[in-house]
Amino acid sequence: MSPSMNNGMRVVRRALGVCAALLLLAGPVLAGQNQPPQPQDEFVPVGNSPAPEQIPAAPLLIGAYIVVLGGLFFYVLSLSRRLGAVQQDVQRLEGELKRRGRS
Amino acid sequence: MPKWFTPAAILCGLMFIISPVLIARAPDEAAMGMVYKIYYYHMPSAWMFLLAPLVCGVSSAFFLARGRAEDDRRAWAAAELTVLFGALTLITGPLWARRAWGTWWVWDARLTSSLVGWMIGWAYLILRRYGGPGSDKLAAGVALFGAVNVPFIYISVNYWRTIHPPTTVVPKLRADMGVPLWFCVFAFLLLFILLMTMRLRLEHARTRLDAMYVALDE
Repeated sequence: MSPSMNNGMRVVRRALGVCAALLLLAGPVLAGQNQPPQPQDEFVPVGNSPAPEQIPAAPLLIGAYIVVLGGLFFYVLSLSRRLGAVQQDVQRLEGELKRRGRS
Repeated sequence: MPKWFTPAAILCGLMFIISPVLIARAPDEAAMGMVYKIYYYHMPSAWMFLLAPLVCGVSSAFFLARGRAEDDRRAWAAAELTVLFGALTLITGPLWARRAWGTWWVWDARLTSSLVGWMIGWAYLILRRYGGPGSDKLAAGVALFGAVNVPFIYISVNYWRTIHPPTTVVPKLRADMGVPLWFCVFAFLLLFILLMTMRLRLEHARTRLDAMYVALDE
């Protein structure tokens, strides 16, 4: 085997060794991660005692509704403007075509 | 616009005015408190976000098979609504999650696949805008991937480990929580139909305009 091939094999062996070490290390690291809380599979109405509030809910709730209604409003506005501009161009060109005696 | 458009638009506007009243009257949720009420706009947005890429994908499949411009126009209109409703879903979700989960975002299957679906919608629009000649068929191919992603988004909460509520939440809702939700779903569905109609009309007007420019040049 030539020296260059020996060097190549050495590099491949080192790369494989590094990969194996990373795989061995990844297992415990992943296993050590915190488990996420379980999902709710049912929404239950609140009873007499209100739920504890750590993060204020009102700004998030109001913010969400503003985002949805605002987003929809601006999209309808943009669509109306685009439609209006194209229809104006269509009318202008219709006039131009009529002037030239085409339909 | 078709004759039904104006009455439907008035009805839709009324539904959006009434919906906050119904939502305010719904009880708070035991674990999450009142922040869960984001759900009443988040979930209908999310359903429209699933419906739009399906319409886009099916229309694109028809366009690839038959080559009819009408299918292509419908796909383009639906792609824009994918991006719109995707944005609303992906913004309202984290606002809810911040209070309910204590974090804005988790890289679970539902949230990640939703983000991918939204980016596919953007990819479609960018291709149509900057792709040049032939981009209609390329974009149609992209739309097929967007449609295939939809069932994956829907079932992801039932099959993969996640803190996102599963799909079983909706059928289990008590009437005082469920009625406002279905009211909002119908309001969003009506809005989706109205927006599709408006967007399709824009595409028809553009096609007509292009034909007129060609006629003027001849």
